[in-house]
Amino acid sequence: MDGIHDLGGKDGYGRVDKTGEDNVFQARWEAVVFSMLAAGRATGAWRNSDRFRHAIERVNPHTYLAHGYYGRWLGGIETLLVEAGVVTQEEITERAVALGADPDDQIGARPRPDPDPVGEAPTDRGSRRPLKTSPGFVVGDAVMTVSEPVPGHTRLPAYARGKRGVITASHDGWVFPDSNAHGQGERPQALYTVCFDSETLWGSAGFTVSLDLFEPYLQRIEATS
Amino acid sequence: MTKPSPQALRAEALESLLTEKGLLSPAQVDEVIATYSERVGPMNGARLVARAWVDADFRQQLLTDATTIVNEYAFEGGQCEKLVVVENTPDVHNVVVCTLCSCYPWAVLGLPPKWYKEPAYRSRIVREPRQVLSEMGLDLADDVEIRVWDSSAEIRYMVLPMRPAGTALLSQTELEAVVTRDSMIGVAQLRDVEG
Repeated sequence: MDGIHDLGGKDGYGRVDKTGEDNVFQARWEAVVFSMLAAGRATGAWRNSDRFRHAIERVNPHTYLAHGYYGRWLGGIETLLVEAGVVTQEEITERAVALGADPDDQIGARPRPDPDPVGEAPTDRGSRRPLKTSPGFVVGDAVMTVSEPVPGHTRLPAYARGKRGVITASHDGWVFPDSNAHGQGERPQALYTVCFDSETLWGSAGFTVSLDLFEPYLQRIEATS
Repeated sequence: MTKPSPQALRAEALESLLTEKGLLSPAQVDEVIATYSERVGPMNGARLVARAWVDADFRQQLLTDATTIVNEYAFEGGQCEKLVVVENTPDVHNVVVCTLCSCYPWAVLGLPPKWYKEPAYRSRIVREPRQVLSEMGLDLADDVEIRVWDSSAEIRYMVLPMRPAGTALLSQTELEAVVTRDSMIGVAQLRDVEG
């Protein structure tokens, strides 16, 4: 989805601020939220990290920016716990207000009344999976990334859509986030590192950007010479 | 005392509900803090870097199959199902980002610093890396090739920084102390050590 999370190449965010960089957690509540990742997943409300990442993408875009990294995690975790019926937003808000929160505070979580199915449990540990067919590309192939936006979860950033690159590494099969995040199965795909020239991406020479992209994001470019 | 943020209060509210339901305990939180404050952090990546500086065979394996090495070291922390280590040289400078979320090789570098997760770094390092690095204190010569790695799948990246001058007589353990987190993300080079 073309959400607030897809930040590559956006303007206006200013200089990098290194304040607080030496703290693993800025406050205890951040460690609490980190701990909720495993605790929440143990409830069965979600079964893979793709779904969790997509829940973060779905949080209120205002709070995505305002509440920081663990605020985004909290929004994603609350979204999934509420969608699964483990807790209700009303009981969380009631308790937060009792702790001193303003009832009008913006909430990150955006649970849907008709969430995607949770989907099957992972077929194995981690995300590497055997492929049923051979990878379609080899190192050195020139490829063009697809140009259409995807309404759900995807790992092709907008800035790398419709761009020409070269495959520099092949990584065998991995769970496909675009289906897995929506409870539609792991559907393993070949994964490649694709290198893009900055001239192609931004019209300014001088560097390269490499991304790890799944085969469905890529189209072959036939040699023209 | 400043009022806690809305997200801090909401986290506390959800924590109390999950604790009542038996789904979360203060001990779990304490364990997370201990793990990522004491055992998982950039000191693990520094061990690999220092060894690579003194052991050419190890360096070669680190650059071709870092995943096997990380598995052998059995670092805690996760997020290194496949690790790729990229090497900085006088001619090539590598820098790592995750523009879509904040993917980071926890097992070797720990949890990412705040700035790595924020929009300024994620938006700009793929578009104007030379300027961003300069603002962060790293001025690269114009003829140095910059390679940015956007961690868009489950592969994680770590930079093997150049060994600084003045370290020839240091032991491997002393070298580990020279290596910084930022040099392994690629937003810094290591300063020469005074003799």
